Amino acid sequence: MPGNNTFIYICIIVGLILQIIPMPPQIDIYRPDWLLMILCYWSMALPNRVSVGVAAICGLTLDILYGTALGVHCFALTIPIFIVSANYQRLRNQSMLQQAFTIMVLSLLYHLIVYWLQYWLINTEFRWRFFWPTAVTIVLWPWLFWLLRKFRRKFRVS
Amino acid sequence: MNEVFPRGPSLLTRFILILVFSIIAMIVDTKVDSVKTLRTYLTSFVSPLQYIADMPGEVLNWSASRFTSRQNMLEENELLTSQITLLNGELQRLAALQQENNNLRNLLDAPVRVDMHKMIAELMSIDNNPYSHQIVINKGTLNDVYLGQAILDDNGIVGQVVEVGTTNSRVLLISDVTHAIPIRISRNNVRLVASGTGTLNELKLQHVPHSAEIREGDLLISSGLGNVFPEGYPVGIIDKIVSDESQPFAEVSVKPAARLDRLKYLLLLWPEDIAPEEAVASSDLYQQLESQDAR
Repeated sequence: MPGNNTFIYICIIVGLILQIIPMPPQIDIYRPDWLLMILCYWSMALPNRVSVGVAAICGLTLDILYGTALGVHCFALTIPIFIVSANYQRLRNQSMLQQAFTIMVLSLLYHLIVYWLQYWLINTEFRWRFFWPTAVTIVLWPWLFWLLRKFRRKFRVS
Repeated sequence: MNEVFPRGPSLLTRFILILVFSIIAMIVDTKVDSVKTLRTYLTSFVSPLQYIADMPGEVLNWSASRFTSRQNMLEENELLTSQITLLNGELQRLAALQQENNNLRNLLDAPVRVDMHKMIAELMSIDNNPYSHQIVINKGTLNDVYLGQAILDDNGIVGQVVEVGTTNSRVLLISDVTHAIPIRISRNNVRLVASGTGTLNELKLQHVPHSAEIREGDLLISSGLGNVFPEGYPVGIIDKIVSDESQPFAEVSVKPAARLDRLKYLLLLWPEDIAPEEAVASSDLYQQLESQDAR
């Protein structure tokens, strides 16, 4: 069906906007990885639609929006999404708790890769607060998963 | 509608291709200067997303200004009127001083200091990216913003333009780790370089000899060397000096003059010869002042 993909694109655009929406600096350091979560969900649910290619385009857009060197977020987003889409059947059968744990590992990996690349390119200093978004991401994951699944079934995206 | 036999290259091939592509992109983007124009187009291309992301804040601001009480408005108005009166008083003195300074410089055959043209820009978004300190402002090539342009707030230097889009542009703050600014101490004209540390309220002075004549509380102003920042705008105040003789240089931390964590309105600066029509010069302000007095 032609209209099916629209919902996926809307989700991804909302994810991009949530990534850059301005917030007070005290809350800002806890901003969850919206885009990573949304991409993980779709590449788990529909690996033939959303996979490393979409992740790469999202990553490039994020690079332009953030003003980082082109390719940093592209690289860092593609690796977790590759892991998800290579193991999507395993992830689908995990319980919610196991899934949240997997997402935590992926999110940590994502932040670590972004830090490494930035260290290589512009010599940033390491700070533990780079990993704080992961904590919020784990808490949000079950809710986002439930919400997206509900909408996916409602709109029959397949 | 899962396909049993997927078409196209396998997942692993695509994955490796993307990784190779992004590494090449990173290297090209950081090492080659000519891709800056490409970024201009890309930045303009994604600016709708930025405008959408900015909207909730705009709505809040708008509703806050709608529903603010009459009492508050009156108080604010009173405060602003008194501030304007005070500033106008200062401005009158400044006009005379500038005239005098120009006369003296003429006597010494020194070049007369150029008047900078200014325009007010508004903050559009702050990067939540913890690795670099950048902000986006709502002026772009349509307003003649150029690469490397100096940005101020009402207290001091904020940063310089690093990417220009059609309607918005990106500003690198002086606190970014990749940024450094040539300064001098206003008390005794010692020239130094202040570089960012990655923390919003701290800069570090580079290569300060132990014997340098600096004190805590010294005001640092831009020295105009390097031809990016105009001369004489405040950059920061020396906060702490740690002089450990076993180290080659003293460690000096500086508190930026601009309030980098609460930026809202910013000033764009143009030298006189390339300034757009809409930008105002301080001589325009004096004329306004005079015409007000005449009325």
